[in-house]
This record gives sequence, C-alpha cells and structure tokens, in this order.
Amino acid sequence: MVIETSDSTTGRSSVGHTAGDDQSGDPVARVPVTPDTDDGGRSERPEVASPSLAAVVTARADSTAPTDDDVKIDIEGLNVYYGATLALSDVHLQVPSGQVTALIGPSGCGKSTLLRSINRMNDLIEGARVTGGVRLGGVDVYDRRTDVVLLRKRIGMVFQKSNPFPKSIFENVAFGPRIAGVRGREQLSQIVERSLTRAALWDEVKDRLHHSALQLSGGQQQRLCIARALANDPEVLLMDEPASALDPASTARIEDLIFELRGQYTIVIVTHNMQQAARVSDRTAFFYQGLLVESGPTVEMFTCPSQQRTEDYITGRFG
Amino acid sequence: MTAASTQNSAPRQRRWRRRVDQSFEWFCMAATLSSVVILIGMLWAIIHEGAGWLSWSFLTNYTSVHPEKAGILSALVGSLWLIGLTAVFSVVVGVGAAVYLEEYARDIWFKRLVQLNISNLAGVPSIVYGILGLVLFVRGLSSVTGGRSVLSGALTLTLVVLPIVIIASQEALRAVPKTIRQASYALAATRWQTVWHHVLPAAMPGMMTGVILSLSRAFGEAAPLIIVGAWAQVRFVPSGMRDEFTVLPIQIFEWSSRPQAEFRELAAAAILVLLVMLLCTNGLAVFLRYRYGRKVKW
Repeated sequence: MVIETSDSTTGRSSVGHTAGDDQSGDPVARVPVTPDTDDGGRSERPEVASPSLAAVVTARADSTAPTDDDVKIDIEGLNVYYGATLALSDVHLQVPSGQVTALIGPSGCGKSTLLRSINRMNDLIEGARVTGGVRLGGVDVYDRRTDVVLLRKRIGMVFQKSNPFPKSIFENVAFGPRIAGVRGREQLSQIVERSLTRAALWDEVKDRLHHSALQLSGGQQQRLCIARALANDPEVLLMDEPASALDPASTARIEDLIFELRGQYTIVIVTHNMQQAARVSDRTAFFYQGLLVESGPTVEMFTCPSQQRTEDYITGRFG
Repeated sequence: MTAASTQNSAPRQRRWRRRVDQSFEWFCMAATLSSVVILIGMLWAIIHEGAGWLSWSFLTNYTSVHPEKAGILSALVGSLWLIGLTAVFSVVVGVGAAVYLEEYARDIWFKRLVQLNISNLAGVPSIVYGILGLVLFVRGLSSVTGGRSVLSGALTLTLVVLPIVIIASQEALRAVPKTIRQASYALAATRWQTVWHHVLPAAMPGMMTGVILSLSRAFGEAAPLIIVGAWAQVRFVPSGMRDEFTVLPIQIFEWSSRPQAEFRELAAAAILVLLVMLLCTNGLAVFLRYRYGRKVKW
C-alpha cells in the first residue's frame, strides 16, 4: 500500500495500514480501495485530504444532519443459514430513518448477507434460510402474508457491479415504474428525469436517453443503477459496495450522491473501505464472523470503539 | 558420443526432422481437404445429375410415373407444412420447458431426473420416435390427428427435436448473467416479469439459433416419417393439419429406389432443392446470431 508517501505522521500511517490490510483480506476490494484512499484532489470536502479516520469523522460530524430517531429497519435476533452454515447469528440492529448506516467488517463476515435479508434477496439463493425478525417500518419482512414484490418496491438496491439492463437509459429507469403499473409516456418521462436528476446523472445523459445504457462509463452505469432504484420511490436504499469497482473520481461522485440522498432515504451501505464509511455514514455497524460486534454513531465507532476487536479492525491490526 | 560425431550427424538429423515436420503438416492438410473435396465431389455429382431437371414445372408438378412430368410440389409443400407446425410446437413446448427448468425448478431430484432424461432423449435414434409417433399419434390419438396426417408427422418430429431445442434454450438462458435477474427482482419485478422483460429477450438469439438448427435437422428427416406414414405417391397438397402428406426426403428416397435412371436424376434435383432450403435456414440462424448477438453484451 502506498498511501502516505509524502508526509507520514504516526496516526496517518496507521490509517494507511487499515486500508491495506482490509484490502489484502478481500481481493474484490483490492482495485478500488487503492485510489479511493488517496483522493487528495477533492476540493469540496477538504477534510478528506487528511485521511485519518478519526479526523475524517470528527471533521464532518457537524454535518450529521438528520437526527430523526425513528427506527426504519428493526432487526431482532436474525439468523441466516446457507445450507448448514450459519452466516449470521443473532443479529440485533436498529437502522434509524433517514440516516446512512455503514456495515463494515472483513470478507465473509455476513454484512452482505444482512443487506440481502432486508429485501429478501436471499430468497433467490438456494439453501438460504432465515429465522428471527426483520421489520421494515412495522411490517414483518418475513411474515408469510408479506408480499415480497411490495416489499422490494419500498427497498431499492444497488449492487457491487453495476448491472444495467441491455436496453436504453430511459428503459432502464422506467422499468420499475412501468411494471408497477405506470403507463403514460408523459408520466414515465417525468419519473425518469426526476430519478436521473436525483442520481446526478441527468445532465450527462439527457441528450441520449434512448441510447444503450451499456455505452455509459462504469461510474455512470452505477449512478444509472441508483437512478433506477430511486425511480421506484423507495424508502430504503441498500448499497452493496457500490463504489468498489469504480475509479476514484467516480467513487467520489457516488459518495457525494450518498451524502445528498441521506435524509430523503434511509441508506444502508456495505463497504470494505473504512475511509468511505467514515466519510458517508452516520452510524456504523461492525461485523465479524457472522456476529454483530458493535454498532453506534460513526463518530464514536471511529474515535472510541468500545470493543477491542472493532478497534483492532479499524486500526488495521487484522482484517 | 563425441563432439565430432554429433556434428556429423546433425545435418542428417535436421533434414529428417524437417521431413517429419513437413509430412505431418501435409497429412493434416490432406485430412482437412478430404472433407472439402468429398463435399465438392458430392455437390458436383448432384448438380451434374440433377441440375438439368430443375425447372419451374419441377417445383409446381405433382409426382408422376412419367419422369418428364414429375415434380415435387406435394413434397415441397408437405415439408413446409411439417416444418412450420414442428417449429410452433417445439418452440412453445421446448422454450417453456427450458424456462421452467432454468428459472423455476428447484435443484432437487426431480429436476435432475428430468435433465438426465432430456440429455438421453437427445441421443435416441429418430426412428424410435417414429414408432412412438405411430403408436401415440397415428393410432392412439387418431380421432384428433386424423391418423397418418401432417399433424401426426409434426408431433412426431417435435418429439425428435424437442430435447435439442430444450438443451439449446437452457444454455441460452444460462448465458444470461445472474446480475440481470438480481437487478430485476430488486426492482420489485415478479418472476414472470423478470423472465419476460429481461431473461427471454437476452436469451432469444441463442434460443432461435438452436431452434433453427434443430429444425433444419428435422427438415432432412425421413426415417420417423416413413413409419408415421408419409408416403411418396401423394398427388395433392395438404389443405389442413389432418391431411395426408409427403416430404422431400421421402420423395427423394422413393425416386432413387426406382430402376429408371431418369428418376435418379430427379432425386438429385430434389436433393438440390433440399440443400438450398437447408442452406437458407442455416443462413438465417447465423444472421440472427449476428444481428441480435451484437446488441446484447455484458
């Protein structure tokens, strides 16, 4: 890892270590983490220039705007099995409404599993079994009577690898509303424009809405996927390492976008990038080997974690 | 060995090695060319024999005992009828089965059993399907199919091509990335919407290629149809699904087994027609693959 080549104080070198160790733990995250950690060129958030996690967190602590303490997602005693393997064990987590919650932890710790069990994408995995409760705004997600289609309409999801449909940009965004019954061309156009605007993509694509989405760059494709999720007007946005396959500039745009979207949406983001968690999230939950080790406000988690393992992970002693 | 002897034998060895190398290359080239030569030879023989008999009246006349009056109208139209019906049946059933197996069926013993059966059925000789068709469609369901009819023949040919259509369609479906399905489900799509809007369109070129190639195989089938009861002396064009019929391969077979040389030449002419039609369908398959294959990329 070459993160602080120029000037290295002790605090900062330990940060560099964190990212490095995190990376070695997960080959998937290897590519994106490197550029992501040295994005000194970003002027709009000067605190990023200094990559000390504690500094990052405290510098932007004041911008933790929505302190609306309504619980949006209430996870009570959640266990997830893949066949005979216990992937998540007895997780209790409350995700407050309108805030950004980051799930961190080494690879295979179950954070993506948790994300998928919120909108029941685990249903698609053969052999996956869930016990315990997840409630979304009072609705029991795993109740027999819960309509999974209605549930997923309330919960948008963005995947690690951008996955636009091999159709036009317009059709990509319009798909969700269309299958939900929106028919009018005018109405669909409005939704598409609004969603693309919210995802900060409108200006770049407004002249080529009917071109193939696959012609967009990687970062644009990922923002298109976000726009597509927003078109359904969800309450919750689940993001599974949304920037891990992107270059630093695109990563920065996605992070800015997450920053802008909070308040309007409850966002749960899985990330391997500690810097990213520190930059964008209001709350952080640390997972290790299928257990939720600790969760709390991001500021506390990164400045004075109560668990030794959290501190070890954040400071890069393992990962 | 001394250094001197090595030096002495070196040029001879080198020459030998070069010769082995060279002759191996020639052998491989000959192997390649032999198939091409045989194909060209066959084509030339057929064209030489049959081209003289090709004429508009050859396409528009019924078969006859007089070679100069004989034509392939009933066989040609019968073949088109048969392939049209087979295409409809095999696409509906084959694609349906493939979608069920790939998108719906859970991976339990039932799916594996069905899968194993389909793979085995693909290798069953087509004449066996002819016997099945005779028992099932011609005799058993004669009230529906009308006995030795186009419908019976098409259903029998559907049995012949179905395993191949299913396997080709399954492969096309499997080639559609999981991420597309995930994206669709995450946008609150039902399984039907996911399959209809995303999976099937993406798999369509591959499916169509498989369907067309297996249909062109069915186009040349004679064995099961002989058993099902297509016969060569048909002097009318089928006007409905329950009419009797004949097809090109059977017409060819019947003519070539006659003693007169003229009929063998007629058979060659009919083979030319059959080959041109096969070439067209295969060309269509290639066209579809390129035309739609390019649009869908991940």
